[in-house]
Amino acid sequence: MMNKKFGEFGGQYVPETLMEALIEIENAFNKYIDDPLFKKELEKLYENVANRPSKLYFASEMTKDLGGAKIYLKREDLNYTGSHKINNVLGQMLLAKKMGKKRIICETGAGQHGVATATVAALFKMECQVFMGKEDIQRQALNVFRMELLGAKVTSVDSGTGTLKDAVSEAFRQWTREVDDTYYLMGSIVGPHPYPVMVREFQKIIGEEVKEQILLIEGKMPEAIVACVGGGSNAIGIFHNFIKDVNVKLFGIEAAGSGVDTDFHAATISKGSTGIFHGMKSKFLQDKYGKIMPVYSMSAGLDYPGIGPEHAYLSEIGRAQYIPVTDKEAVEAFEYLSQMEGIIPAIESAHAIYYAMNLAKQMDKDQIIVVNLSGRGDKDVNQVAKYKGVKINEQ
Amino acid sequence: MSNRIDLKFQELNKLNEKALITFITAGDPNIKTSYKIIEKMIAEGIDILEIGIPFSDPLAEGPSIEKANYRALNSGTTTDDVFKMVEKLRIIYDIPILLMLYVNLIYKYGVEKFIRKCVEAGIDGLIIPDLPIEEVEEIKLYARCNGIYIINLVAPTTKNDRLINIVKKSEGFIYCVSSLGVTGERKNITTDLADYFYRLKSLTDIPLALGFGLSNKKQINGLKGNWNGYIVGSAIVNIIAQYGIESPEYVGSFIKSLKD
Repeated sequence: MMNKKFGEFGGQYVPETLMEALIEIENAFNKYIDDPLFKKELEKLYENVANRPSKLYFASEMTKDLGGAKIYLKREDLNYTGSHKINNVLGQMLLAKKMGKKRIICETGAGQHGVATATVAALFKMECQVFMGKEDIQRQALNVFRMELLGAKVTSVDSGTGTLKDAVSEAFRQWTREVDDTYYLMGSIVGPHPYPVMVREFQKIIGEEVKEQILLIEGKMPEAIVACVGGGSNAIGIFHNFIKDVNVKLFGIEAAGSGVDTDFHAATISKGSTGIFHGMKSKFLQDKYGKIMPVYSMSAGLDYPGIGPEHAYLSEIGRAQYIPVTDKEAVEAFEYLSQMEGIIPAIESAHAIYYAMNLAKQMDKDQIIVVNLSGRGDKDVNQVAKYKGVKINEQ
Repeated sequence: MSNRIDLKFQELNKLNEKALITFITAGDPNIKTSYKIIEKMIAEGIDILEIGIPFSDPLAEGPSIEKANYRALNSGTTTDDVFKMVEKLRIIYDIPILLMLYVNLIYKYGVEKFIRKCVEAGIDGLIIPDLPIEEVEEIKLYARCNGIYIINLVAPTTKNDRLINIVKKSEGFIYCVSSLGVTGERKNITTDLADYFYRLKSLTDIPLALGFGLSNKKQINGLKGNWNGYIVGSAIVNIIAQYGIESPEYVGSFIKSLKD
């Protein structure tokens, strides 16, 4: 039986209509997570579909250039579908199949979770509907077409701010309508229990591999781990296996958008307060009455007013530190990594790269930083061009 | 001190009548109009008033009430404005008043302070759509000792073991969600309401009020089950969406049509 809370954070704050469905998922998850056959099936999927294990890549040029700590990149960008999202999708899709579900719904921000879900749904012969904010559909048009190509139905969400938060709300609404036969495949460690625990369990493979790989390559543990945080699934995936190793510093990098002192950011831990939304008690950007505030980041994947309850907890107990990085700084890191190592990172991951660039300089040459390169940047090339005022003739 | 909700159901029970519970979002299209709509509804004989406090992300609502929330927020309506409106109503009216709101509005306001304001304003109960029985204690702790009821919801999906637990912890009445999905009018309710009603009735004597998708007298009369009350929301909100500040008269006529 998994704990429903992380300290005071977490819980199950959902309409009554959904409660039995959550209990059904929780029971199925508890039944299968330690089942050797299920584990074996999932391992096979990780290997054959996701292309795991992902490489732990020594960024030699970056390390040389910065002159400080050794930087390693966990190459989740090389997973099939281009990000860490597929790890969780494979786990939950397999679970949904065991539960006898035929239909999958999900939300997506940047489109990475949507693409991963659409891909695995095609493979598993599941009907798939993806909810995506109207704004994000414009920002990530290519991913929309990609999902449709894979046979998924993409539903544009106009309500609220037309971003990830609204896509989550709309997916919840849809789930209440057809809770009998539909499985909601949540993409991050947010939402009501059991999602934060379940998604972590399906993402923790990242940190397990990192520990094995770094011990093999370097014969010692890293001093620091850096990952970007929106809802926080790639970060918890790489953190989890190191939480008990107290000498390993954990850094979650939030999206500061135009800056945390402006009204245009998504820095939930830095600027938010405790609240209850989307089924969980956690940290949210909200006004004094509890109204959820509009958030901003050029990265559609970090553009969320809340954060997973486990991160709120890790922040509260001081086990992990959460640091904001702006659009401008992320774009700088986006270009830096492209030119220094020939790797185009997702704009989300570029936030983590930027922090690691600064951190490395303050550390010694025999120390090690591992950065979770959670996704690849092909999807962001257009937007970065736009940000820099470069016109690309598409048609 | 008896809660007005209990007294109302006792009174209706003696008369062998059913409660008409009506909902509007406060501040839609503005607080002044909300006040006028409420006065009209009371004049037309509603039994219990349910007032929604607007929220930025009302995830249990269908498009009608969702948009009402946005209209109310655009008119600048805050939780304090709603308390002020209820205080003003209480000077004149003794009708049971419920607030319907999302849990974050209570939590961020401060649970203790929120309940104190409810007592001061004369609120009788709270309906919190995203607060299932599993999480209710944090708020009930304060509500209980102040005589404020938390109205539990049950849904057709609620299984018996949880149903028993919910029913045991219920007070005032039980809000019985008619069917799957969010709030809003439905062409027809496909739940086996007779079975749903008897499943609940076999467990409790607490009044049972049916809501979600109820929109006219003819439909309500045709519903199976001997429910103690009916909750009408989206149908009223749609009238407000259409007529705006002119809506009090139209809402009044609509309530009349439900009572006739």
